[in-house]
Amino acid sequence: MIGFIVKRFINYAILSAIATLSAYVLASMILNPAARYYGRNPRPSDTTINSILDGLGVNPNTPVIERLWNWVVNLVTHGSLGNTIHNTSVLHEMTDRAGTSLRLLIIGTIIAALVGVALGVWGAVRQYKLSDQVISYASFTVLAAPAFVIGILLMILATNLNGLLGIQLISFTGEYTAGLDGNWWVQFWDRAGHLLLPTIALALMGAAGYSRYQRSAMLDVLSADYIRTARSKGRTRGSALVRHGVRVALIPMSTYFAYSFATVLAGAAVTELVFSWHGMGEFLVQAIQQSDINAFTGAILFNAVLILIAGTLSDVVYAALDPRVRV
Amino acid sequence: MTMLEEVPIADPGMGTPEIVRSKKPVSRSRLIMARLRQTPRFWVGIIGLGLIILWAMFGLLPNAWNYTDLDIYNMGSSPSPLHWFGTSDIGEDIYAQTIVGLRKSLIIGLLVGPMASIIAGIVGALAGYLGGVWDKVIIWFIDLLLVLPSLFLFILLSPIFKSLSWVALIFLLAGFGWMIMARVVRAQTMSLRDRDFIKAARFMGVGTWTIIRRHILPNVSSLLIIDATLGVGAAILSETTLSFFGFGIQSPDVSLGTLLSAGQGAAVTRPWLFVFPAAILVLTVLFASLVGDALRDAVDPTSGVNRD
Repeated sequence: MIGFIVKRFINYAILSAIATLSAYVLASMILNPAARYYGRNPRPSDTTINSILDGLGVNPNTPVIERLWNWVVNLVTHGSLGNTIHNTSVLHEMTDRAGTSLRLLIIGTIIAALVGVALGVWGAVRQYKLSDQVISYASFTVLAAPAFVIGILLMILATNLNGLLGIQLISFTGEYTAGLDGNWWVQFWDRAGHLLLPTIALALMGAAGYSRYQRSAMLDVLSADYIRTARSKGRTRGSALVRHGVRVALIPMSTYFAYSFATVLAGAAVTELVFSWHGMGEFLVQAIQQSDINAFTGAILFNAVLILIAGTLSDVVYAALDPRVRV
Repeated sequence: MTMLEEVPIADPGMGTPEIVRSKKPVSRSRLIMARLRQTPRFWVGIIGLGLIILWAMFGLLPNAWNYTDLDIYNMGSSPSPLHWFGTSDIGEDIYAQTIVGLRKSLIIGLLVGPMASIIAGIVGALAGYLGGVWDKVIIWFIDLLLVLPSLFLFILLSPIFKSLSWVALIFLLAGFGWMIMARVVRAQTMSLRDRDFIKAARFMGVGTWTIIRRHILPNVSSLLIIDATLGVGAAILSETTLSFFGFGIQSPDVSLGTLLSAGQGAAVTRPWLFVFPAAILVLTVLFASLVGDALRDAVDPTSGVNRD
C-alpha cells in the first residue's frame, strides 16, 4: 500500500513540476512585461527597461531556456519564486492570499463531497422515485449554470432576504467587513458570515457533480451479488448498503475526485472573483492582465501543489477502500 | 433468473423451442433508438433544445427592436409589452440582445462540441493503437492538460485570441476540450487492437490511418457522439465564463457571456438585465446535457464511472 501511494505521489509530483515549468515557458512566450513600460510618459529608456526586466529575470531578450534555468536555480537554492512586477516577493504575496483561497476551497470541497455522496447514495437507493428525480434534475440544472451565474444569483437572493428582514443578515462583498472593530469573536463571526455565500456556491457546484457520479457508481454496486449475499446472511438492508454498497461505490469516486479537482480550482477562482475576494484566483488573473510571468508561474505552482495533494489524498482513500491495491 | 433461462437449452427433451421471428433483426442502432424513445429525459432535452434553436433563429421576427437599436424614451425600463425583457440603462432591448447573444453562444457550442470529439477520437485512437512511446507521450500530455485548469490556459492565451476574430475562440475551446474523452477512447482502442478483425486488417498490410479510420473510429463512434453532445454544453459554459471576465468574445460581438457581464452590476437592482439571459443560458446547457446523458444511458445502460 505504501509502495502504491509513493508511486502515485511521485507520478503526481513529476506531473506538477512539468505543469509548472511549461506554464513558465508558455507565459514567457505569450506575455510581454516590457509593454507595460512603453505606455509611460516620459517613456523610460530602453536600458532602464532592460535593467528592470533583467532584475526581475523576465527580459524577453534573454532566451526562455536560460530564464527558466535561472528561475529553477533560484527556487532550489533560495526557495524563492522571484519578484512580482511591483517588486514584491511572489512567495510573500502568495502566503498572504493562500489562506483566503484555502479556507474557501477546503470547506467548500469537504461539504461538496459529503453532500454529493449522500445525495448520490440516496438517489441510487430511491431510483426513479420522486426524490431521485428532483435530485437529478436539480443537479443537472446546477451543472448547467456557470460558476459566476450561481454566485450572482445567490447574491440576488441574499439581498432580497436582507431587504425582507430589514437587517444585513448575510454580507457577501469581500472577505471581511473593512474597518470592523471588535475582539476576535466578532471578527470570526464576520468572516464566517462572509464565507457563507461563496462556500454555498462552491459546494453546490461540487455536490452536483459528485452526486451524479456517486449515483451511477452506487447503481452499479446495488445490482451486485455480494449485496444480496450480505442481505441473505442476515444483515439489515441499511447495514448491507453502507458496509458493502457505499464503501465499494466510493472507490471509483476517489478517482473522479482527483480528476475533477482542477475543475474545482477553476470554479473557486471564478467564485473568488465574483465575490471580490483577494485570493489566489484574483492573483492569477491579475498576473496575466499585468503580464507578470513570475506571479503567474507562482499561482500555477500553487494550483499544481493543490492538485498533487488532492491526487495523493484520493489515492490514499482508494487504497484504504480497495483491498486489492494493499498487497 | 439466469438459471431459468438456461433450462430450455440444457434439456433436449423439450423439443424444438419456438423461434421468435421479428420483421427485422434488432440492430444496435435500433436498440439504442428504442431505449432513447423510452427515456423522458431525452424528449425533454431534444424538444427543449429544438425550441431554443428555433427561437434563436426566428425569435427576432416578432420583436419591434433590433439588438443595436437604442430606445431613448425607455432607458432602464422593466419588462413591458413594448420591451419584453426590459431595456438596459442606455435603452438597448434586452430581448433582442439575448437572442443575438444566444445565436453566437449556440454557434460556438455546436461547433466546438463535435470538433473536440473529433480531436479526442483521433488522438485517443492513435495513442491506444500505436502504444509504446507514442502512448506514453500522449497520455502524459493529456494528464498535463488535466492538471493545468484549462480556464487558466484560456486566460493566458486570451491576449493572442483577442486580436483575432471570435472564430479563433472556437479553435481555442476545441483545442482544450478533448482530453478526458481521448483517455476513454484510448482505453477502448487498446481492447479493440487485439480483436481478430483489426489483426486481420493489419496482417493484410492495411495502413495505420486506414485501420483507425475504417475500424477503430466506427467502433468508438457512440462514445464520440455522446461526447460531442455533452461538449456542446461544456463549450457554452467555457465561452460564457471567459466572455464574462472579458477574455472571450470582444466588444462589437455579443454573446450571452458579454451580456451577463454587462448586466452583472445591476443584477440586484434591475434583475431583468441578468436573470433573463442567465435563464436562457442555463436552459440551453441543461437541455444539451440532458440529451447527452440520455444518449449515454441508451448506448451503455451500465455506464457510469468505470469507463476509464
